[in-house]
Amino acid sequence: MSVMEQPGTTSRIVPVRSLDVAAVRRDFPILNMRVHGHPLVYLDNAATSQKPRQVIEALTRYYTSQNANIHRGVHYLSETATAEHEEARERLRRFINAAQAREIIFVRGATEAINLVAQTWGRTHVKAGDEILVTHLEHHANIVPWQMLCEQTGARLRVAPINDAGELIMEEFERLLNPRTRLVSVTFVSNALGTINPVSDMIALAHSRGIPVLVDGAQAVPHMRIDVQELGCDFFVFSGHKMCGPTGVGVLYGKAARLEAMPPYQGGGDMIRSVSFEKTIYNDIPFKFEAGTPDIGGAIALGVAAEYLQRLGMDLIADYEHDLLEYATRALRAVDRVRIVGNAARKASVISFVVDGVHPHDIGTILDQEGIAIRTGHHCAQPVIERLGYDATARASLAFYNTREEIDALVAGLRRVVEVFG
Amino acid sequence: MSNLRELYQELILDHNKNPRNFGRPPHPTHEAHGYNPLCGDRVTVYLSLDGDRVEDVRFEGKGCAISTASASMMTQMLKGKTVAECDAIFSNFHDLVTGKSCPVESLNQLGKLAVFGGVRDFPARVKCATLAWHTVQAALHGQTDPVSTE
Repeated sequence: MSVMEQPGTTSRIVPVRSLDVAAVRRDFPILNMRVHGHPLVYLDNAATSQKPRQVIEALTRYYTSQNANIHRGVHYLSETATAEHEEARERLRRFINAAQAREIIFVRGATEAINLVAQTWGRTHVKAGDEILVTHLEHHANIVPWQMLCEQTGARLRVAPINDAGELIMEEFERLLNPRTRLVSVTFVSNALGTINPVSDMIALAHSRGIPVLVDGAQAVPHMRIDVQELGCDFFVFSGHKMCGPTGVGVLYGKAARLEAMPPYQGGGDMIRSVSFEKTIYNDIPFKFEAGTPDIGGAIALGVAAEYLQRLGMDLIADYEHDLLEYATRALRAVDRVRIVGNAARKASVISFVVDGVHPHDIGTILDQEGIAIRTGHHCAQPVIERLGYDATARASLAFYNTREEIDALVAGLRRVVEVFG
Repeated sequence: MSNLRELYQELILDHNKNPRNFGRPPHPTHEAHGYNPLCGDRVTVYLSLDGDRVEDVRFEGKGCAISTASASMMTQMLKGKTVAECDAIFSNFHDLVTGKSCPVESLNQLGKLAVFGGVRDFPARVKCATLAWHTVQAALHGQTDPVSTE
């Protein structure tokens, strides 16, 4: 007897939920703009995302009716600002499912977060002859801070190679893990190609050898649901401005025990418990790493951005973007002389491409005249672009508020590029 | 579209496709490297100076249409000129692409290079148009560090 025929079972009606993109677009005032006489088609989301009204209003609200310094005043506004700031920390905790809010450190962005780990954890744990392992897919922000640490300590930066599709070669990665490896620092999603790294497997391999892992989540957080406890990574970093939040604020997540064992990054106010000229006692985490007055309004607005994305539903966002990526990939492949650079099996909604005989910079200028914003160049990831045999590419990076009509506009723009260059 | 046609004039597209004086000469007396980190454009300019006069000028490199055509047309323009004349032409060219007002006699001196006038409407592309020129200045005046437009 099949399950269907069992008495007492009734078929459940599962509502098929999907993103209401028309409604979503109304939240983003900038999407109504016209550029050079055309409706704006914003396809540079991997550089920075646009901001919904809710986030813009949170910034205005903070400066209009909440502005005060935090953690020190006894007056009404200071208490309000402090409560809002700590509520934002809680919202960010929820956003990546960290175990505790004190594991969320507010920083300027992913770049500062990686520098912080390199200069505090790195300076105390890495010595001459040790190795830091990254991949060939990294953004400069996950290369240069480690090179600086290596110069300071005599350690060595190792690079796990990729194949021609732009995917990490797992066997090579595993082979590079050795008793000298102190840290694996790896991007979740390549900003240049969109490749999604198998970070869970990488973390398992590293942890089985007792090696901690930092995950650069800057390009992952706008596209997929993140659960740092499920991932098990030791550090996770991201920038607010790529996930609908303001510029200048981001997050370093670290497991509490690791953060507690690390020396402070910068010295100053707020990061201390008591100061005398003889002895200063540092504050507890997260404040130990938050010297000086932070970007209070920015952190609050980032909390609102995190909640905005969660309310839309990260899984719905991922589904929608995956569909849009497939549509765009098919559409671009159909354009004569266009070649997609980076064809990993698992990709976020980023498409790097070239047009035969036309420099990416010229593509960018011509598309701009049609109101279409893309990025051109090496995308702050020179090694991976050069590894695949290019000096520069054009890159269209899609967000959940982009539409198939906008992809059609891109395709029409690319036909115009070919027409101009003959 | 009219701005675009102004920028990508036929002459510029032609020099982009078929750059003139391209390649390393056997015995240059001077050379310099230029790099535009924004878009990754690279150019090397080779000079053969006979006293104060540019006997030959050639270039190599990879770049966008504006930077390639600018380098190509620059080599045609500078051949046979004195160092002082090269400096004056560069100054006029710079004024042209940045939209500074050019007296008629300066424009006349630029000749075919006037096709780069459209660059003034594309501020982000000024660096592309001037990369080879900054590089030739470095070669002429003995600067040894690579030129960067940043």
